[in-house]
Amino acid sequence: MSTVNKSSERLIATVVSNKRVGQYHQILLSVGQIVSNCKPGNFIAIKVGGENSKMILRRAFAISRVSTAGPYSGSMELIVAPFGQGSKWLCSQNEGADIDVIAPLGTAFGIPTEPVRALLVGGGYGSAPLFGLAEVLKSRGCRVDMYLGASTGGKIYAPMEGKRSVNVLKIFTEDGSMGEKGRVTEPIPELITDGLVDVIYSCGPMPMLRAISEIVAGSDVVHQCAVEESMACGVGICMTCVLPINELDGNISMKRSCIDGPVMNGSLVAWDLVGKIPEAR
Amino acid sequence: MVDLSTTLGNAWFPSPLFTASGCASSGKELAQFMDLREIGAVVTKSVMSKPRHGRPTPRMAETPSGMINSIGLQGPGIDAFLAHDLPWLVSQKARVIVSIAGETAEEYSMLARKVRSAPGISALEVNISCPNVENRGLVFACDPEASRRVIEGVRKTLGGELPIIAKLSPDVTDLVSIAKGVVDAGADGLALINTVLSMVINLETMRPHLGGKTGGLSGPAIRPIAVRAIFQVHEALPNVPILGMGGVSSGRDALELILAGAKGISIGTASFGDPAAIITIQNELIELLSARGFTSVAQAVGYAHRPLTESVERP
Repeated sequence: MSTVNKSSERLIATVVSNKRVGQYHQILLSVGQIVSNCKPGNFIAIKVGGENSKMILRRAFAISRVSTAGPYSGSMELIVAPFGQGSKWLCSQNEGADIDVIAPLGTAFGIPTEPVRALLVGGGYGSAPLFGLAEVLKSRGCRVDMYLGASTGGKIYAPMEGKRSVNVLKIFTEDGSMGEKGRVTEPIPELITDGLVDVIYSCGPMPMLRAISEIVAGSDVVHQCAVEESMACGVGICMTCVLPINELDGNISMKRSCIDGPVMNGSLVAWDLVGKIPEAR
Repeated sequence: MVDLSTTLGNAWFPSPLFTASGCASSGKELAQFMDLREIGAVVTKSVMSKPRHGRPTPRMAETPSGMINSIGLQGPGIDAFLAHDLPWLVSQKARVIVSIAGETAEEYSMLARKVRSAPGISALEVNISCPNVENRGLVFACDPEASRRVIEGVRKTLGGELPIIAKLSPDVTDLVSIAKGVVDAGADGLALINTVLSMVINLETMRPHLGGKTGGLSGPAIRPIAVRAIFQVHEALPNVPILGMGGVSSGRDALELILAGAKGISIGTASFGDPAAIITIQNELIELLSARGFTSVAQAVGYAHRPLTESVERP
Protein backbone atom coordinates (compact mmCIF):
# COMPACT_ATOMS: atom_id res chain seq x y z
CA MET A 1 0.00 0.00 0.00
CA SER A 2 1.28 3.44 -0.87
CA THR A 3 1.56 6.27 1.57
CA VAL A 4 1.11 10.02 1.34
CA ASN A 5 3.99 11.89 -0.37
CA LYS A 6 6.67 12.04 2.34
CA SER A 7 7.75 15.53 1.30
CA SER A 8 4.31 17.07 1.60
CA GLU A 9 3.71 19.89 4.04
CA ARG A 10 1.16 22.58 4.66
CA LEU A 11 2.27 26.17 4.22
CA ILE A 12 1.18 29.64 3.25
CA ALA A 13 2.17 30.55 -0.30
CA THR A 14 2.06 34.03 -1.84
CA VAL A 15 0.74 34.86 -5.28
CA VAL A 16 3.62 36.36 -7.27
CA SER A 17 1.69 36.86 -10.48
CA ASN A 18 -1.61 35.91 -12.07
CA LYS A 19 -1.89 36.26 -15.85
CA ARG A 20 -4.60 35.28 -18.28
CA VAL A 21 -3.34 32.98 -21.01
CA GLY A 22 -6.10 32.14 -23.48
CA GLN A 23 -8.89 30.50 -21.49
CA TYR A 24 -6.57 29.78 -18.56
CA HIS A 25 -4.79 31.58 -15.76
CA GLN A 26 -1.07 31.19 -15.29
CA ILE A 27 -0.54 31.60 -11.55
CA LEU A 28 2.91 31.85 -10.04
CA LEU A 29 3.20 31.10 -6.31
CA SER A 30 6.14 31.76 -4.04
CA VAL A 31 6.38 28.57 -1.98
CA GLY A 32 9.96 28.46 -0.67
CA GLN A 33 12.17 25.43 -0.50
CA ILE A 34 9.48 22.78 -1.03
CA VAL A 35 10.12 23.25 -4.77
CA SER A 36 13.22 21.07 -4.42
CA ASN A 37 10.88 18.18 -3.55
CA CYS A 38 8.34 18.82 -6.32
CA LYS A 39 8.56 16.45 -9.27
CA PRO A 40 6.68 16.53 -12.60
CA GLY A 41 3.30 14.87 -11.99
CA ASN A 42 2.95 15.98 -8.36
CA PHE A 43 0.01 18.14 -7.40
CA ILE A 44 -0.89 20.84 -4.89
CA ALA A 45 -4.05 21.06 -2.75
CA ILE A 46 -5.27 24.61 -2.20
CA LYS A 47 -7.76 25.94 0.33
CA VAL A 48 -10.19 28.17 -1.53
CA GLY A 49 -12.73 30.84 -0.70
CA GLY A 50 -10.93 32.58 2.16
CA GLU A 51 -12.00 32.69 5.82
CA ASN A 52 -15.51 31.40 6.59
CA SER A 53 -15.99 30.11 3.07
CA LYS A 54 -18.80 27.67 2.47
CA MET A 55 -16.32 25.71 0.33
CA ILE A 56 -14.77 23.35 2.86
CA LEU A 57 -12.64 21.15 0.61
CA ARG A 58 -9.28 21.87 -0.96
CA ARG A 59 -8.90 21.95 -4.72
CA ALA A 60 -6.20 19.90 -6.39
CA PHE A 61 -4.09 21.34 -9.22
CA ALA A 62 -1.25 19.78 -11.17
CA ILE A 63 2.04 21.55 -10.58
CA SER A 64 3.03 22.92 -13.95
CA ARG A 65 6.63 23.92 -13.28
CA VAL A 66 8.87 24.87 -10.39
CA SER A 67 11.89 27.12 -10.26
CA THR A 68 14.57 27.82 -7.68
CA ALA A 69 15.91 30.73 -9.71
CA GLY A 70 14.72 34.34 -9.71
CA PRO A 71 13.94 36.75 -6.88
CA TYR A 72 11.84 34.14 -5.00
CA SER A 73 13.58 31.38 -3.10
CA GLY A 74 11.26 28.90 -4.79
CA SER A 75 8.33 29.41 -7.10
CA MET A 76 5.68 27.18 -8.59
CA GLU A 77 3.53 27.70 -11.66
CA LEU A 78 -0.06 26.48 -11.95
CA ILE A 79 -2.29 26.58 -15.01
CA VAL A 80 -5.87 26.95 -13.84
CA ALA A 81 -9.12 26.84 -15.80
CA PRO A 82 -11.69 29.07 -14.06
CA PHE A 83 -14.39 26.42 -14.30
CA GLY A 84 -15.85 25.79 -10.84
CA GLN A 85 -16.35 28.04 -7.82
CA GLY A 86 -13.00 27.07 -6.30
CA SER A 87 -10.86 27.60 -9.39
CA LYS A 88 -12.68 30.88 -10.10
CA TRP A 89 -11.74 32.05 -6.62
CA LEU A 90 -8.11 31.10 -7.18
CA CYS A 91 -8.07 32.90 -10.55
CA SER A 92 -9.41 36.03 -8.84
CA GLN A 93 -6.48 36.21 -6.41
CA ASN A 94 -4.16 39.14 -6.99
CA GLU A 95 -0.44 39.52 -6.59
CA GLY A 96 0.48 39.44 -2.91
CA ALA A 97 -2.44 37.27 -1.78
CA ASP A 98 -1.62 34.57 0.78
CA ILE A 99 -2.87 31.09 0.01
CA ASP A 100 -3.04 27.99 2.22
CA VAL A 101 -1.53 25.04 0.36
CA ILE A 102 -0.38 21.46 0.87
CA ALA A 103 2.35 20.28 -1.50
CA PRO A 104 3.85 18.33 -3.07
CA LEU A 105 1.28 15.55 -3.15
CA GLY A 106 0.90 12.34 -5.11
CA THR A 107 3.15 10.29 -7.33
CA ALA A 108 5.42 11.67 -10.06
CA PHE A 109 6.11 10.65 -13.64
CA GLY A 110 8.81 7.99 -13.73
CA ILE A 111 11.97 9.25 -15.40
CA PRO A 112 13.85 6.61 -17.40
CA THR A 113 17.49 6.00 -16.50
CA GLU A 114 18.42 5.55 -20.20
CA PRO A 115 17.65 8.12 -22.91
CA VAL A 116 14.36 7.09 -24.55
CA ARG A 117 12.05 8.42 -27.22
CA ALA A 118 9.24 10.01 -25.25
CA LEU A 119 5.88 11.19 -26.49
CA LEU A 120 4.06 13.63 -24.23
CA VAL A 121 0.31 13.87 -24.86
CA GLY A 122 -1.75 16.63 -23.27
CA GLY A 123 -5.46 17.31 -23.44
CA GLY A 124 -6.59 20.89 -22.77
CA TYR A 125 -4.81 22.39 -19.77
CA GLY A 126 -3.58 18.86 -19.04
CA SER A 127 -0.52 19.95 -20.99
CA ALA A 128 0.58 22.12 -18.04
CA PRO A 129 2.70 19.55 -16.14
CA LEU A 130 4.13 18.17 -19.40
CA PHE A 131 6.38 21.19 -20.01
CA GLY A 132 8.18 20.68 -16.68
CA LEU A 133 8.43 16.98 -17.50
CA ALA A 134 9.83 17.78 -20.94
CA GLU A 135 12.65 19.80 -19.37
CA VAL A 136 13.61 16.90 -17.10
CA LEU A 137 13.46 14.33 -19.93
CA LYS A 138 15.48 16.59 -22.22
CA SER A 139 18.17 16.99 -19.56
CA ARG A 140 18.43 13.19 -19.47
CA GLY A 141 19.08 13.04 -23.19
CA CYS A 142 15.62 11.87 -24.21
CA ARG A 143 13.99 12.75 -27.49
CA VAL A 144 10.80 14.59 -26.51
CA ASP A 145 7.84 14.98 -28.85
CA MET A 146 4.71 16.67 -27.60
CA TYR A 147 1.20 16.37 -28.99
CA LEU A 148 -1.44 18.66 -27.56
CA GLY A 149 -5.14 18.43 -28.26
CA ALA A 150 -8.36 20.17 -27.36
CA SER A 151 -11.84 20.72 -28.74
CA THR A 152 -10.87 24.19 -29.91
CA GLY A 153 -7.78 26.41 -30.18
CA GLY A 154 -8.66 28.55 -27.16
CA LYS A 155 -8.32 25.50 -24.93
CA ILE A 156 -4.76 24.67 -26.03
CA TYR A 157 -2.10 25.61 -23.51
CA ALA A 158 1.31 25.85 -25.17
CA PRO A 159 3.57 28.63 -23.88
CA MET A 160 6.36 29.86 -26.15
CA GLU A 161 9.11 29.17 -23.61
CA GLY A 162 7.85 25.62 -23.12
CA LYS A 163 8.64 24.72 -26.71
CA ARG A 164 12.38 24.92 -26.10
CA SER A 165 12.49 21.54 -24.37
CA VAL A 166 10.57 19.79 -27.11
CA ASN A 167 11.85 18.33 -30.40
CA VAL A 168 8.48 18.34 -32.13
CA LEU A 169 5.30 20.06 -30.96
CA LYS A 170 2.07 19.24 -32.76
CA ILE A 171 -1.32 20.68 -31.99
CA PHE A 172 -4.67 19.06 -32.80
CA THR A 173 -8.11 20.60 -32.44
CA GLU A 174 -11.39 18.91 -33.11
CA ASP A 175 -12.80 22.00 -34.83
CA GLY A 176 -9.59 22.66 -36.78
CA SER A 177 -9.25 26.19 -35.33
CA MET A 178 -5.58 25.55 -34.44
CA GLY A 179 -3.02 23.06 -35.71
CA GLU A 180 -4.30 19.93 -37.41
CA LYS A 181 -7.96 19.03 -37.39
CA GLY A 182 -8.66 15.86 -35.44
CA ARG A 183 -7.99 14.16 -32.15
CA VAL A 184 -4.60 14.13 -30.49
CA THR A 185 -4.73 10.34 -30.21
CA GLU A 186 -5.19 9.71 -33.94
CA PRO A 187 -1.50 9.71 -35.03
CA ILE A 188 -0.31 7.55 -32.10
CA PRO A 189 -0.96 4.06 -33.61
CA GLU A 190 1.31 4.83 -36.56
CA LEU A 191 4.11 6.09 -34.29
CA ILE A 192 3.93 2.81 -32.39
CA THR A 193 3.83 0.66 -35.54
CA ASP A 194 6.86 2.52 -36.90
CA GLY A 195 8.68 1.99 -33.59
CA LEU A 196 9.21 5.73 -33.05
CA VAL A 197 8.20 5.88 -29.37
CA ASP A 198 9.28 4.03 -26.19
CA VAL A 199 7.31 5.84 -23.48
CA ILE A 200 4.09 7.86 -23.60
CA TYR A 201 3.38 10.34 -20.84
CA SER A 202 -0.15 11.69 -20.79
CA CYS A 203 -2.25 14.14 -18.86
CA GLY A 204 -5.77 15.24 -19.66
CA PRO A 205 -9.37 14.03 -19.62
CA MET A 206 -10.00 10.41 -18.65
CA PRO A 207 -11.41 9.38 -22.09
CA MET A 208 -8.13 10.50 -23.69
CA LEU A 209 -6.06 8.54 -21.16
CA ARG A 210 -8.21 5.49 -21.75
CA ALA A 211 -7.89 5.81 -25.55
CA ILE A 212 -4.08 5.95 -25.28
CA SER A 213 -4.05 2.91 -22.96
CA GLU A 214 -6.06 0.98 -25.54
CA ILE A 215 -3.73 2.07 -28.35
CA VAL A 216 -0.55 0.96 -26.54
CA ALA A 217 -2.08 -2.35 -25.37
CA GLY A 218 -0.15 -5.25 -26.90
CA SER A 219 2.90 -3.11 -27.74
CA ASP A 220 6.08 -2.60 -25.72
CA VAL A 221 5.30 1.07 -25.23
CA VAL A 222 5.02 2.13 -21.60
CA HIS A 223 2.14 4.49 -20.82
CA GLN A 224 2.29 6.69 -17.73
CA CYS A 225 -0.84 8.75 -17.30
CA ALA A 226 -1.80 11.41 -14.76
CA VAL A 227 -5.42 10.65 -13.89
CA GLU A 228 -8.13 13.09 -12.94
CA GLU A 229 -10.66 12.01 -10.29
CA SER A 230 -12.48 14.36 -7.96
CA MET A 231 -10.90 14.40 -4.51
CA ALA A 232 -12.11 15.58 -1.14
CA CYS A 233 -8.88 15.47 0.87
CA GLY A 234 -5.89 14.86 -1.44
CA VAL A 235 -4.03 13.06 1.37
CA GLY A 236 -5.51 9.57 1.25
CA ILE A 237 -8.07 9.65 4.06
CA CYS A 238 -11.43 10.13 2.34
CA MET A 239 -11.42 7.24 -0.21
CA THR A 240 -13.26 9.41 -2.73
CA CYS A 241 -10.85 9.45 -5.68
CA VAL A 242 -10.48 5.71 -6.21
CA LEU A 243 -9.84 3.95 -9.52
CA PRO A 244 -10.04 0.22 -10.25
CA ILE A 245 -6.50 -1.12 -10.73
CA ASN A 246 -5.59 -4.61 -11.97
CA GLU A 247 -3.29 -6.34 -9.49
CA LEU A 248 -0.67 -8.89 -10.51
CA ASP A 249 -2.65 -11.64 -8.75
CA GLY A 250 -5.66 -11.03 -11.00
CA ASN A 251 -7.66 -9.14 -8.40
CA ILE A 252 -8.83 -5.58 -8.75
CA SER A 253 -8.11 -2.98 -6.07
CA MET A 254 -9.76 0.39 -5.70
CA LYS A 255 -6.66 2.62 -5.46
CA ARG A 256 -6.64 6.25 -4.38
CA SER A 257 -5.56 8.56 -7.19
CA CYS A 258 -4.28 11.06 -4.60
CA ILE A 259 -1.58 8.79 -3.15
CA ASP A 260 -1.31 5.84 -5.56
CA GLY A 261 -1.61 8.45 -8.33
CA PRO A 262 -2.15 10.81 -9.99
CA VAL A 263 0.55 9.22 -12.17
CA MET A 264 -0.38 5.62 -12.81
CA ASN A 265 0.64 2.87 -15.19
CA GLY A 266 -2.07 3.17 -17.83
CA SER A 267 -1.97 -0.54 -18.60
CA LEU A 268 -2.95 -1.40 -15.02
CA VAL A 269 -6.04 0.82 -14.86
CA ALA A 270 -9.22 -1.23 -15.42
CA TRP A 271 -10.69 1.49 -17.63
CA ASP A 272 -13.89 -0.40 -18.38
CA LEU A 273 -14.65 -0.56 -14.65
CA VAL A 274 -14.18 3.15 -13.88
CA GLY A 275 -17.44 4.32 -12.32
CA LYS A 276 -18.55 0.74 -11.62
CA ILE A 277 -18.10 -1.72 -8.80
CA PRO A 278 -15.74 -4.61 -9.57
CA GLU A 279 -16.90 -8.15 -8.76
CA ALA A 280 -16.48 -8.94 -5.09
CA ARG A 281 -13.12 -10.47 -4.29
CA MET B 1 -4.16 24.63 33.03
CA VAL B 2 -7.14 22.74 31.74
CA ASP B 3 -7.41 19.00 32.37
CA LEU B 4 -8.33 17.66 28.95
CA SER B 5 -8.64 14.02 29.95
CA THR B 6 -11.88 12.18 29.42
CA THR B 7 -13.37 8.72 29.69
CA LEU B 8 -15.72 6.65 27.57
CA GLY B 9 -16.87 3.75 29.73
CA ASN B 10 -13.75 2.34 31.39
CA ALA B 11 -11.44 3.73 28.69
CA TRP B 12 -9.33 6.77 29.59
CA PHE B 13 -8.04 9.28 27.06
CA PRO B 14 -5.68 12.24 27.60
CA SER B 15 -7.68 14.42 25.19
CA PRO B 16 -11.36 14.59 24.23
CA LEU B 17 -10.49 14.98 20.54
CA PHE B 18 -10.61 11.94 18.28
CA THR B 19 -10.60 11.22 14.60
CA ALA B 20 -13.98 10.20 13.16
CA SER B 21 -14.36 6.77 11.66
CA GLY B 22 -14.12 6.90 7.88
CA CYS B 23 -12.27 10.22 7.94
CA ALA B 24 -8.81 9.08 8.94
CA SER B 25 -8.40 5.73 7.19
CA SER B 26 -6.18 3.87 9.66
CA GLY B 27 -4.21 6.89 10.81
CA LYS B 28 -1.09 6.45 8.71
CA GLU B 29 -1.76 9.33 6.32
CA LEU B 30 -2.60 11.86 9.07
CA ALA B 31 0.61 10.93 10.90
CA GLN B 32 2.45 12.87 8.19
CA PHE B 33 0.80 16.06 9.49
CA MET B 34 0.44 15.49 13.26
CA ASP B 35 1.58 13.34 16.17
CA LEU B 36 -1.14 10.74 16.70
CA ARG B 37 -0.18 10.46 20.39
CA GLU B 38 -1.35 14.04 20.99
CA ILE B 39 -5.00 13.27 20.32
CA GLY B 40 -7.49 11.19 22.33
CA ALA B 41 -7.54 8.27 19.94
CA VAL B 42 -7.64 7.30 16.31
CA VAL B 43 -11.09 5.94 15.47
CA THR B 44 -10.38 3.70 12.49
CA LYS B 45 -12.52 3.38 9.36
CA SER B 46 -15.37 0.92 9.93
CA VAL B 47 -14.08 -2.48 8.90
CA MET B 48 -16.18 -5.44 7.74
CA SER B 49 -15.46 -9.16 7.76
CA LYS B 50 -14.30 -9.30 4.12
CA PRO B 51 -12.35 -6.92 1.84
CA ARG B 52 -14.75 -4.57 0.15
CA HIS B 53 -14.61 -2.36 -2.94
CA GLY B 54 -17.29 0.08 -1.81
CA ARG B 55 -19.53 2.06 -4.11
CA PRO B 56 -18.83 3.29 -7.65
CA THR B 57 -17.44 6.76 -8.38
CA PRO B 58 -18.33 9.60 -8.29
CA ARG B 59 -18.31 9.18 -4.53
CA MET B 60 -18.35 12.79 -3.45
CA ALA B 61 -20.03 16.13 -4.03
CA GLU B 62 -19.25 19.33 -2.18
CA THR B 63 -22.32 21.15 -0.88
CA PRO B 64 -22.65 24.51 0.90
CA SER B 65 -20.55 24.15 4.09
CA GLY B 66 -20.54 20.40 3.67
CA MET B 67 -20.10 17.44 1.40
CA ILE B 68 -21.95 14.27 0.64
CA ASN B 69 -20.09 11.02 0.25
CA SER B 70 -20.94 7.50 -0.75
CA ILE B 71 -17.78 5.51 -0.15
CA GLY B 72 -19.68 2.37 0.85
CA LEU B 73 -17.26 1.03 3.47
CA GLN B 74 -14.37 0.26 1.13
CA GLY B 75 -11.79 -1.56 3.22
CA PRO B 76 -9.30 -4.36 3.63
CA GLY B 77 -11.47 -6.66 5.76
CA ILE B 78 -10.93 -7.46 9.44
CA ASP B 79 -8.09 -9.97 8.99
CA ALA B 80 -5.87 -7.63 6.99
CA PHE B 81 -6.82 -4.77 9.32
CA LEU B 82 -5.77 -6.71 12.43
CA ALA B 83 -2.61 -8.00 10.72
CA HIS B 84 -1.34 -4.66 9.34
CA ASP B 85 -3.24 -1.49 10.26
CA LEU B 86 -3.80 -2.06 13.99
CA PRO B 87 -0.22 -3.19 14.78
CA TRP B 88 1.10 -0.07 13.01
CA LEU B 89 -1.09 2.22 15.15
CA VAL B 90 -0.04 0.36 18.31
CA SER B 91 3.63 0.67 17.29
CA GLN B 92 3.11 4.45 17.01
CA LYS B 93 1.74 4.44 20.60
CA ALA B 94 -1.56 5.85 19.33
CA ARG B 95 -4.68 4.97 21.28
CA VAL B 96 -7.15 3.16 19.06
CA ILE B 97 -10.91 2.81 18.88
CA VAL B 98 -11.70 0.14 16.29
CA SER B 99 -14.90 0.65 14.33
CA ILE B 100 -16.75 -2.35 12.90
CA ALA B 101 -19.65 -2.66 10.48
CA GLY B 102 -21.59 -5.69 9.29
CA GLU B 103 -24.49 -6.71 7.12
CA THR B 104 -26.01 -9.04 9.71
CA ALA B 105 -26.05 -9.21 13.50
CA GLU B 106 -23.93 -12.38 13.18
CA GLU B 107 -21.27 -10.54 11.18
CA TYR B 108 -20.95 -7.94 13.97
CA SER B 109 -20.54 -10.71 16.55
CA MET B 110 -17.91 -12.44 14.42
CA LEU B 111 -16.02 -9.13 14.08
CA ALA B 112 -16.22 -8.59 17.84
CA ARG B 113 -14.76 -12.07 18.41
CA LYS B 114 -11.76 -11.25 16.22
CA VAL B 115 -11.22 -7.84 17.81
CA ARG B 116 -11.49 -9.28 21.35
CA SER B 117 -8.15 -11.03 21.13
CA ALA B 118 -6.26 -8.11 19.51
CA PRO B 119 -4.03 -6.07 21.83
CA GLY B 120 -3.89 -2.28 22.05
CA ILE B 121 -7.56 -1.34 21.59
CA SER B 122 -9.20 1.18 23.93
CA ALA B 123 -12.80 0.72 22.80
CA LEU B 124 -14.97 -0.77 20.06
CA GLU B 125 -17.20 1.44 17.95
CA VAL B 126 -20.12 -0.51 16.52
CA ASN B 127 -21.21 1.37 13.42
CA ILE B 128 -24.84 0.43 12.94
CA SER B 129 -25.68 3.57 10.99
CA CYS B 130 -23.63 3.77 7.78
CA PRO B 131 -26.02 5.23 5.18
CA ASN B 132 -23.97 3.92 2.25
CA VAL B 133 -24.97 0.30 2.12
CA GLU B 134 -26.72 -1.11 -0.91
CA ASN B 135 -29.97 -1.57 0.91
CA ARG B 136 -31.09 1.20 3.24
CA GLY B 137 -33.10 -1.47 5.04
CA LEU B 138 -29.79 -2.63 6.46
CA VAL B 139 -29.27 0.53 8.47
CA PHE B 140 -29.71 -1.16 11.83
CA ALA B 141 -29.80 2.14 13.72
CA CYS B 142 -33.09 3.07 12.03
CA ASP B 143 -34.75 0.05 13.65
CA PRO B 144 -34.82 -0.18 17.47
CA GLU B 145 -35.12 -3.97 17.46
CA ALA B 146 -32.30 -4.54 14.94
CA SER B 147 -30.02 -2.10 16.82
CA ARG B 148 -30.63 -3.92 20.07
CA ARG B 149 -29.96 -7.32 18.49
CA VAL B 150 -26.60 -6.21 17.06
CA ILE B 151 -25.38 -4.67 20.32
CA GLU B 152 -26.58 -7.64 22.40
CA GLY B 153 -24.65 -10.01 20.14
CA VAL B 154 -21.48 -7.91 20.28
CA ARG B 155 -21.68 -7.54 24.07
CA LYS B 156 -22.13 -11.27 24.51
CA THR B 157 -19.15 -12.10 22.29
CA LEU B 158 -16.90 -9.39 23.62
CA GLY B 159 -17.28 -10.13 27.33
CA GLY B 160 -17.29 -7.33 29.88
CA GLU B 161 -13.97 -5.54 29.42
CA LEU B 162 -13.82 -3.47 26.23
CA PRO B 163 -16.26 -0.52 26.10
CA ILE B 164 -18.79 -0.64 23.27
CA ILE B 165 -19.72 2.63 21.59
CA ALA B 166 -22.78 2.36 19.36
CA LYS B 167 -22.77 4.80 16.44
CA LEU B 168 -26.26 6.06 15.71
CA SER B 169 -28.00 7.81 12.83
CA PRO B 170 -29.83 11.13 13.17
CA ASP B 171 -32.23 9.96 10.44
CA VAL B 172 -34.81 8.57 12.88
CA THR B 173 -38.03 9.78 14.41
CA ASP B 174 -37.17 8.95 18.01
CA LEU B 175 -33.41 8.94 18.61
CA VAL B 176 -33.78 8.69 22.39
CA SER B 177 -35.67 5.40 22.22
CA ILE B 178 -33.00 3.89 19.96
CA ALA B 179 -30.29 5.17 22.29
CA LYS B 180 -32.04 3.65 25.30
CA GLY B 181 -32.43 0.37 23.44
CA VAL B 182 -28.74 -0.03 22.65
CA VAL B 183 -27.70 1.00 26.16
CA ASP B 184 -30.05 -1.63 27.61
CA ALA B 185 -28.50 -4.13 25.20
CA GLY B 186 -25.02 -3.45 26.55
CA ALA B 187 -23.57 -0.35 24.89
CA ASP B 188 -21.32 1.65 27.25
CA GLY B 189 -21.41 4.78 25.13
CA LEU B 190 -22.96 6.36 22.04
CA ALA B 191 -21.38 7.97 18.99
CA LEU B 192 -23.62 10.77 17.70
CA ILE B 193 -24.10 11.49 14.83
CA ASN B 194 -23.40 9.60 11.64
CA THR B 195 -23.89 11.45 8.34
CA VAL B 196 -27.33 12.55 7.21
CA LEU B 197 -28.86 10.75 4.21
CA SER B 198 -28.90 13.14 1.26
CA MET B 199 -28.65 13.57 -2.50
CA VAL B 200 -27.22 15.94 -5.12
CA ILE B 201 -28.52 16.03 -8.69
CA ASN B 202 -26.02 16.92 -11.40
CA LEU B 203 -27.45 19.55 -13.76
CA GLU B 204 -25.20 18.40 -16.64
CA THR B 205 -26.46 14.84 -16.61
CA MET B 206 -29.72 15.70 -14.86
CA ARG B 207 -29.32 12.53 -12.79
CA PRO B 208 -28.18 11.87 -9.22
CA HIS B 209 -24.52 12.91 -9.09
CA LEU B 210 -23.17 10.12 -6.90
CA GLY B 211 -22.55 6.65 -8.28
CA GLY B 212 -24.47 5.31 -5.31
CA LYS B 213 -27.24 7.92 -5.88
CA THR B 214 -27.65 8.77 -2.17
CA GLY B 215 -24.86 9.75 0.19
CA GLY B 216 -24.14 10.95 3.70
CA LEU B 217 -24.00 14.69 4.37
CA SER B 218 -21.20 15.85 6.67
CA GLY B 219 -19.43 19.08 7.53
CA PRO B 220 -20.54 22.31 9.26
CA ALA B 221 -23.93 22.08 7.49
CA ILE B 222 -25.02 19.28 9.87
CA ARG B 223 -23.52 20.62 13.11
CA PRO B 224 -26.83 21.95 14.51
CA ILE B 225 -28.35 18.51 13.95
CA ALA B 226 -25.52 16.98 15.97
CA VAL B 227 -25.97 19.52 18.77
CA ARG B 228 -29.69 18.75 18.93
CA ALA B 229 -29.14 14.97 18.89
CA ILE B 230 -26.49 15.09 21.62
CA PHE B 231 -28.58 17.46 23.76
CA GLN B 232 -31.68 15.25 23.52
CA VAL B 233 -29.85 12.03 24.30
CA HIS B 234 -27.79 13.51 27.15
CA GLU B 235 -30.97 14.89 28.68
CA ALA B 236 -32.58 11.45 28.63
CA LEU B 237 -29.47 9.44 29.51
CA PRO B 238 -27.18 11.79 31.48
CA ASN B 239 -24.87 9.00 32.64
CA VAL B 240 -24.18 7.51 29.24
CA PRO B 241 -20.97 8.89 27.68
CA ILE B 242 -21.39 10.42 24.24
CA LEU B 243 -18.71 10.68 21.57
CA GLY B 244 -20.04 13.69 19.67
CA MET B 245 -19.40 14.52 16.03
CA GLY B 246 -20.97 16.35 13.13
CA GLY B 247 -19.29 19.26 11.36
CA VAL B 248 -16.94 20.28 14.14
CA SER B 249 -14.23 22.43 12.59
CA SER B 250 -13.11 24.75 15.39
CA GLY B 251 -12.62 24.81 19.14
CA ARG B 252 -15.85 26.77 19.35
CA ASP B 253 -17.75 23.95 17.65
CA ALA B 254 -16.13 21.32 19.88
CA LEU B 255 -17.12 23.26 22.99
CA GLU B 256 -20.69 23.56 21.69
CA LEU B 257 -21.01 19.77 21.45
CA ILE B 258 -19.38 19.32 24.87
CA LEU B 259 -21.87 21.77 26.43
CA ALA B 260 -24.65 19.75 24.81
CA GLY B 261 -23.37 16.63 26.55
CA ALA B 262 -20.49 15.09 24.60
CA LYS B 263 -17.52 13.69 26.58
CA GLY B 264 -15.45 13.28 23.46
CA ILE B 265 -15.45 14.93 20.03
CA SER B 266 -14.59 13.30 16.72
CA ILE B 267 -13.22 15.41 13.88
CA GLY B 268 -14.10 14.11 10.44
CA THR B 269 -14.71 16.29 7.42
CA ALA B 270 -12.57 19.13 8.87
CA SER B 271 -9.54 16.86 8.48
CA PHE B 272 -10.16 16.72 4.72
CA GLY B 273 -9.66 20.48 4.50
CA ASP B 274 -6.81 20.53 7.01
CA PRO B 275 -5.09 17.28 7.95
CA ALA B 276 -3.85 18.85 11.21
CA ALA B 277 -7.30 20.26 12.12
CA ILE B 278 -7.57 18.14 15.28
CA ILE B 279 -4.49 19.74 16.83
CA THR B 280 -5.71 23.27 15.99
CA ILE B 281 -9.15 22.50 17.42
CA GLN B 282 -7.59 21.04 20.56
CA ASN B 283 -5.58 24.21 21.16
CA GLU B 284 -8.61 26.43 20.55
CA LEU B 285 -10.70 24.32 22.93
CA ILE B 286 -8.16 24.74 25.74
CA GLU B 287 -8.31 28.53 25.29
CA LEU B 288 -12.11 28.62 25.27
CA LEU B 289 -12.49 26.38 28.34
CA SER B 290 -9.94 28.40 30.22
CA ALA B 291 -11.58 31.74 29.27
CA ARG B 292 -14.86 30.45 30.72
CA GLY B 293 -13.26 29.36 34.00
CA PHE B 294 -13.41 25.61 33.38
CA THR B 295 -10.43 23.73 34.76
CA SER B 296 -11.38 20.47 33.10
CA VAL B 297 -13.32 19.21 30.11
CA ALA B 298 -15.41 17.12 32.50
CA GLN B 299 -16.84 20.28 34.12
CA ALA B 300 -18.16 21.50 30.79
CA VAL B 301 -19.82 18.26 29.68
CA GLY B 302 -23.57 18.87 29.50
CA TYR B 303 -23.22 22.37 30.98
CA ALA B 304 -25.98 23.63 28.66
CA HIS B 305 -28.45 21.47 30.61
CA ARG B 306 -28.13 23.24 33.98
CA PRO B 307 -31.29 24.89 35.37
CA LEU B 308 -32.05 28.47 34.36
CA THR B 309 -31.39 29.80 37.87
CA GLU B 310 -27.70 29.01 37.46
CA SER B 311 -27.50 30.79 34.15
CA VAL B 312 -25.04 33.49 35.17
CA GLU B 313 -22.83 31.33 37.34
CA ARG B 314 -19.61 29.92 36.06
CA PRO B 315 -17.66 27.03 37.49
